[in-house]
Amino acid sequence: METGTFPTQGGRKPLGIIQAGLAKRKAAETRFKTYGIVAIAAGLVFLAILFISIVGNAYTAFQQTQVKLDLYLDPDVIDPEGTRDLDVLSGANYAAIVRSGLQDQFPDVESRRDRRALNALVGRGATYDLRATVMAVPDLVGETLTVWVPADDDVDMLLKGNIDREAAEEGRRLSDQQLAWIDQLESRGRLAKRFNADFFTKGDSREPESAGIRGAVVGSFYTMLVTLLLSFPLGVAAAVYLEEFAPQNRFTDIIEVNINNLAAVPSIVFGLLGLAVFINFFGLPRSVPLVGGLVLTLMTLPTIIIASRATLKAVPPSIREAALGVGASQLQTVVLHVLPLAMPGMLTGAIIGMARALGETAPLLMIGMVAFIVDIPQGILDPATALPVQIFLWADSPERAFVERTSAATLVLLFFLIVMNALAVVLRKRFERRW
Amino acid sequence: MLSLVLVLLLFSSIAYYVGRRRAFSAAGGQIRQLHSLPGYNGLYVALWCGLPALLVLLAWLSLEGAIIDNLVVAALPRDIIEQGAERVTLVLNEIQNVVSGTIYGEPDATVLAAAEHYRQLKSISHGALIGLTLVLPLAAGAYALRKINPRFEARNAVEGVITGLLLTSSTIAVLTTVGIVLSVLFESLRFFQSVPITEFLFGLEWSPQTAIREDQVGSSGAFGAVPLFAGTMLIALIAMLVAVPIGLMSAIYLSEYANVRFRAVAKPLLEILAGVPTVVYGFFAALTVAPFIRDAGGLLGLDVASESALAAGLVMGIMIIPFVSSLSDDVINAVPQAMRDGSYGIGATRSETIKRVIIPAALPGIVGGILLAVSRAIGETMIVVMAAGLAANLTANPLEAVTTVTVQIVTLLVGDQEFDSPKTLAAFALGLVLFVVTLFLNVIALYIVRKYREQYE
Repeated sequence: METGTFPTQGGRKPLGIIQAGLAKRKAAETRFKTYGIVAIAAGLVFLAILFISIVGNAYTAFQQTQVKLDLYLDPDVIDPEGTRDLDVLSGANYAAIVRSGLQDQFPDVESRRDRRALNALVGRGATYDLRATVMAVPDLVGETLTVWVPADDDVDMLLKGNIDREAAEEGRRLSDQQLAWIDQLESRGRLAKRFNADFFTKGDSREPESAGIRGAVVGSFYTMLVTLLLSFPLGVAAAVYLEEFAPQNRFTDIIEVNINNLAAVPSIVFGLLGLAVFINFFGLPRSVPLVGGLVLTLMTLPTIIIASRATLKAVPPSIREAALGVGASQLQTVVLHVLPLAMPGMLTGAIIGMARALGETAPLLMIGMVAFIVDIPQGILDPATALPVQIFLWADSPERAFVERTSAATLVLLFFLIVMNALAVVLRKRFERRW
Repeated sequence: MLSLVLVLLLFSSIAYYVGRRRAFSAAGGQIRQLHSLPGYNGLYVALWCGLPALLVLLAWLSLEGAIIDNLVVAALPRDIIEQGAERVTLVLNEIQNVVSGTIYGEPDATVLAAAEHYRQLKSISHGALIGLTLVLPLAAGAYALRKINPRFEARNAVEGVITGLLLTSSTIAVLTTVGIVLSVLFESLRFFQSVPITEFLFGLEWSPQTAIREDQVGSSGAFGAVPLFAGTMLIALIAMLVAVPIGLMSAIYLSEYANVRFRAVAKPLLEILAGVPTVVYGFFAALTVAPFIRDAGGLLGLDVASESALAAGLVMGIMIIPFVSSLSDDVINAVPQAMRDGSYGIGATRSETIKRVIIPAALPGIVGGILLAVSRAIGETMIVVMAAGLAANLTANPLEAVTTVTVQIVTLLVGDQEFDSPKTLAAFALGLVLFVVTLFLNVIALYIVRKYREQYE
């Protein structure tokens, strides 16, 4: 190319220098752009792996292997005196009835050892279910019930392909004999995978086959209830004060800096606060949703205050001026004119804060909501766990069958979070107002 | 308790109507005669009726337990009290068990008598409380009712009370901080009485199992926290090595290269990562990532611990990606367009503009964001509790298991514990360190970010 009019530099023409560098610069440009794409792809791949790994482990938990048994509710075993007294019915030996129901399927099993091996095929939960059924309808005594009872978690894992049939017998959780019985039951149509209703209707249990998330979900519900009832009014009130009333002085400056810092304090520190103040100082009981809710309130307050202030700031001053102009007091202006306009935004902020609180685990560990609790909590003063804590507890359990249940509980938790966030998005879309 | 609150609510709503009627009749039906609307007069009476009683109720309920405990302990026979605080706590627990109906074995006569005493005090307290919640609202309500006349400035009074309530709500944040500092500091000071602070901060050995008996072997209890600090730093470092490049590059791509449609899809998807609860990440780390890394290491002939720092750090890094990317996105977008245009105008390519103009201009903001992310990584609990180890190894090898400050806080405090042993107090000392360090990082980061924003506004 002819560029003779340019001054030369070291014998080469500048455009030549530029041109010589162009290919390199272009390559650098492409490389840099690729880094960006790779980074986003990496983030998305991680997200995909996370969800695939959880869903892939979880879906089998919604089915549970069950055994169909004909249970003769022998009056001599349950209620020999025929009183039908609830205490007698409650204390009866239902395990024996379940055992004999199972042994009816294999009458030729004689020795004690074999019988014990046979009985191990049915989960212990069947006994409690049977007792509940009989207690509810005492007239059933003397009749024969045909029921599906949960099989032991080892049987369940076998049917779901998590126990290798071909492995050596010593290293296997089920003996050859037990495998043969399982195959016989299956061929008679008495052993099948059915919908796992227990997972949604029962509390925690040491036996995977009868462990459910109901207790944890209810515990989470009460905890969230306390959190919402406290943090939303307090957060909105604090935001209103700081945004509409507070004079600009040192004290309000301190409050502001404080709120911003609190939002970034690790959640476990709030747990320490709850343990020291609510439990040790005020003597509130451990493991209850009330204390959990109080701790989560303190944790979510900064989030809600910051979000609420942002929405209040977005309400144009003309609204306030108009109200003040016709003689409303400052409080009337805020309550009757500004708050209604800011409410959707504040609700959105509150829902997002609640979603974060729902997934929070560490502070609840500190205040003892990790106890093993079977009963479904009945109120905010009953010992309870929460859904994320249940996930933590099950993740620690050695039984293989708990892996799928942990994943399924995670799915349920993610489902609630997605619903809450979707609600927040819908609220925002619906009521968003551009001034 | 709940029923008492309901009674108070009922009283207050009745008071509202009575107060309103009173205002009407005081004005002789001429509302214009009144200084404040009848509703404000009603509200005034209702607030007087409900608020003092509610405050008394709350104070009563929060102090009742401690007072009754003290009274019962004071009435115990002297020989029990002389056996020391631990014995008293045990006896008190037993008494409370008897009162709540869960009796283990045969409690002795003193316990039974004390339990009876406890029950009596409790019923006296309940009776007094019920009486108070019935009498106080009526008295206060009657007092307020008498003040109503046409010239009474009810609105100003009500607004004063409500503004006071708003102010109180906004101070809760300050109270929380004070509460955190006091509770953590107080317990830490008690801890430093038994373990010197220098040993805690600079000791190289951590094994918090203290002896139950004096003469037990091998359970001296060492509280040197350096291995925990090192482990925390190692995992946070790995997390940052994952999160900073990925987060920063995605932010750059999304704000400088991506078109609107791609950005509208990719940004929310990446932000899902921020909404996933940490316990889910912890489970993911323990279930999928840690075994994968162990197996991969095995293929390469490396010996990888099943709770390696690498697995925990990697997953923590994934969690922090959206944090870094959205903070960087903000600061990159805050760089004025004129600077880009100037750079393009002299012939720079996009990547050159980003590398030589935008990043240097946005650097303070990016550094602030990274500091916030570091503070997040240090304080993160569930991922490390579920995926990192418990043993305190002082190592820089990411394939070995290390433990962190948060893991130790959880292990020390979860489960049954007595409250006075150095073991549980150590958790509060660790909490103090955690709080101070994260606070320090946050203050610096927020300061840098704010300074940076002001620069371009």
